Amino acid sequence: MPSFPATPPNPAYPRFMPLGDTALSVEFGDSILPELNAKVLALDAALAAAALDGIQETILSYRSLLVSYDPRKMPYARLIAALRGLTARPEQTEPPGRRHWTVPVVYDPPYGVDVPDVARRLDLAEEDVISLHAGADYRVYMVGFAPGMPYLGGLPERLHISRRDAPRPFVPEGSVLIGGMQTGIYPQRFPSGWHILGQTPLRPFDVERADPFMFRAGDRINFRRISVAEFDYLSGLPSEDMQPLARINS
Amino acid sequence: MIPSLLAVEPGPYVTLQDRGRTGFRRFGVSCSGVMDLASFHLANRLVGNAPDAPALEFAHVGGLYEVAADSCRIAVTGGTFALSCGDVTLAPWWSHTLRRGQQVKIAGAPDAVWGYLAIAGGFAVTPRLGSSATHLRSGLGGLGGRCVAAGDSLPLLAAIAPGQPERRAMPVARPNWPLRVVPGPQQDFFARDAVETFYRGSFRVTHRADRMGTWLDGPPIRHAAGFNIVSDGVVPGCIQIPGSGQPLVLLMDCQTTGGYPKIATMITADLARFAQTRPGGQVRFSPVSVEAAHHLYCSYQARIDGLGHLIEEWT
Repeated sequence: MPSFPATPPNPAYPRFMPLGDTALSVEFGDSILPELNAKVLALDAALAAAALDGIQETILSYRSLLVSYDPRKMPYARLIAALRGLTARPEQTEPPGRRHWTVPVVYDPPYGVDVPDVARRLDLAEEDVISLHAGADYRVYMVGFAPGMPYLGGLPERLHISRRDAPRPFVPEGSVLIGGMQTGIYPQRFPSGWHILGQTPLRPFDVERADPFMFRAGDRINFRRISVAEFDYLSGLPSEDMQPLARINS
Repeated sequence: MIPSLLAVEPGPYVTLQDRGRTGFRRFGVSCSGVMDLASFHLANRLVGNAPDAPALEFAHVGGLYEVAADSCRIAVTGGTFALSCGDVTLAPWWSHTLRRGQQVKIAGAPDAVWGYLAIAGGFAVTPRLGSSATHLRSGLGGLGGRCVAAGDSLPLLAAIAPGQPERRAMPVARPNWPLRVVPGPQQDFFARDAVETFYRGSFRVTHRADRMGTWLDGPPIRHAAGFNIVSDGVVPGCIQIPGSGQPLVLLMDCQTTGGYPKIATMITADLARFAQTRPGGQVRFSPVSVEAAHHLYCSYQARIDGLGHLIEEWT
């Protein structure tokens, strides 16, 4: 009978957890908080600056950083010691050079197909659903699930809503959706059980663009309501030209 | 005319693959790449290519292809795939030279899921984000991000087969011992008896399997407290246990992040052996320490680097 490693009853953070033989997760907690996410961003930046041989890439998520490494170049003990040293550095709450985007969204028909249903379910006027969504301040906690797809925190509590009973086999590229406590922008045609509030002409992922990925973990996002006419105009612009229009700071 | 390989009747799940993408997982781009690295390398080495040249990967059945070049040298690896050109039976794990208009048919194998068709000179394909690997779900890489379809003409870089002697290789050995895993990172979401069930039980490989992952069927693994975690990074080899208690082993096309607890993560050296287990096959898991896994990783990489020793010339 093999013996199983014991896990500590009250984990002390940061925790260093192996994922097999080529990845390690540094966990800073188990909840969704800007302070924890800031630690993830700070460690990622420090690790990139340290440029250690044998580190291949990282995946940032809400409260942990996955580090992919080559064990032939980076022994495990040295990896953990290096990461521990880098996490010990003083943290900033906001990542340096944090980018701020304003994302144009058309909420009107035929794009915001679920606005009436969401309003009914939440006992809100349709205009309130739109103004609540467009009026809030969002943080990109992570990019995942699909290329360039931002996981956004900051959805007002009054818009928290359970998923649709029947997921759609696909939602259009650029759909802006809500589900649970989250809101998201779908960069591609994907299946989804979330509610469609509108659509953005921005392309969060465009493999042909010089910078294929628009959003990064830590970015700040606001939505801006646009008309169908403005949506049509912006949709006609090359995606290279559209991206700078949405950037507030540089 | 551009030399090409015509897909007359390709199998249902044929994609162009290479080693996969590095550096874009932070943006939600899966690594993708071949399911069985050793077989892929051997296919390329058999036809004289660089080991990482893009090749066709297929599941279960390769299909029917026609040579639309003066001549071309091919090799099929991965398992004992039934291979023929007209009435002539060809050997897998050997290189063969075909002339214009000849057709090669790749049927099933009793001992594998994933097969590789490499062509001397390689396929003319434009890499996307540093790789030619196809990721179907995001429509990225390979042939417009999709499976090879009937009528596709796959452009080749060489119009004529090389003059060197044909080669053959020893098939890759796949012993049936337990799959080695490193416990965690979320083993603490499971009670001690659930963890023991995981390591003592035998699990059947199901038909719910694709490049993203394979579902297993066995004794349910019960969670100690809930089955939702705050989504975090995942890698191929992660063994997720969703609410059903049945394991899902993530493979090369898996998403970059996931929200189910991962009871353990399979070591790199055993991933291909697992992926090549046919539906209905039984697997077991055996825990190893990270340090032991690293020793196994180093000897695995040395084996991959030394695959050339399995090859000899036969003409």
